[in-house]
Amino acid sequence: MPYRIFIFLSGVLAFAAMNTARIAVAAEPPSFRLAIVNHRFQPATLTIPANTKVKLVVENRDATPEEFESNDFDREKVILPNSSAVIFVGPLRPGQYRFFGEFNPATAQGVLRVE
Amino acid sequence: MLAIALLVFREVIEAALIVSIVAAATRGVPRRAAALLSGIGFGVLGALLVALGAGRIAALFSGVGQEVFNAGVLLAAVLMIAWHVVWMASHGRELAARMQGVGQAVRAGASPLAVLVVVVALAVLREGSEVVLFLYGMLAGGAGHLSAGLALGLAAGVTIGLLLYFGLLRIPLRHFFGATNALLILLAAGLAADAMVFLVQADLLPALGEPLWNTGALLSERSLPGQALHVLVGYTARPTPIQLLAWLATITLLSVGMRFAGRPARGMRPEAARRAMTD
Repeated sequence: MPYRIFIFLSGVLAFAAMNTARIAVAAEPPSFRLAIVNHRFQPATLTIPANTKVKLVVENRDATPEEFESNDFDREKVILPNSSAVIFVGPLRPGQYRFFGEFNPATAQGVLRVE
Repeated sequence: MLAIALLVFREVIEAALIVSIVAAATRGVPRRAAALLSGIGFGVLGALLVALGAGRIAALFSGVGQEVFNAGVLLAAVLMIAWHVVWMASHGRELAARMQGVGQAVRAGASPLAVLVVVVALAVLREGSEVVLFLYGMLAGGAGHLSAGLALGLAAGVTIGLLLYFGLLRIPLRHFFGATNALLILLAAGLAADAMVFLVQADLLPALGEPLWNTGALLSERSLPGQALHVLVGYTARPTPIQLLAWLATITLLSVGMRFAGRPARGMRPEAARRAMTD
């Protein structure tokens, strides 16, 4: 009965999740800023705390749209010219996570350092 | 030009794989080519409108309109697929039987078509709007070879979709609708998990913890097989608990729904039940 296994797994997961969520619920998440200038990230390396949800504000100062994307921490958001976008990231384990500008991947590359 | 082709390819392949599964799942339904084409047409039109209104969408819901919009599109597609597989569970058997028997056009009714046209339109709309914004940016930035890159990326993406479609057609008819239903359920589960990512990104839902595991070194989502598996079965290298939860819940709900719909109503003789289902 594969359904029973699915239901059981979902239950276990939900229980584990509730415990984690209780820890994760905290005050306003810390905020970090990132700019896109000439299809490059400024700064190209951003350090954020581990095991914490953070608010990332990405400002696109270019005249063309960019898509902020990361496979390493699974985010994607189109940021229109001369505007800012808020992206919530994490909680993540310590490590290096790459992100890039999907529309200009040749130059728009960055690293999120989680520690 | 290659950079343009590559991005277009990445977006087109996602929509193309979804369209292929839908095309296979509606095998034998009359006027399905027209329906699929109109789905693609509505999708392209929608993509242009979404790209035009991107600024307005982004400003909605205090800045997370884009995420809410994407999650809404994804969840709408999940609902449509759910509707389809449950409908197929109650009508699919006779559909397969008639196709095997005479091989003539099946009078399947409008239900699977209308619903799946929406799925196709939503897939094209979502990926297409990104292509439009990207091309607009390239155009504004003065990049050359736009149409060549667009054509190349489009052709490559459509080719992969056609390969999947003709591959699926080789499945024996006896197992065919079972296979396409399983594919649709996995597709829906992946879309539901993707919707969760957008809602977490907008801080409307909690991630429920850190990513559970990391198979990025084995299979990157950036690679072609990784991306294809992401669309087809919802593969994610680093799933968060809420993604896994949504994935499991979708598979469970759709499988159970299918099983119940496939069961003849209680108290009816098989003959009567079959007649009731046909009407």
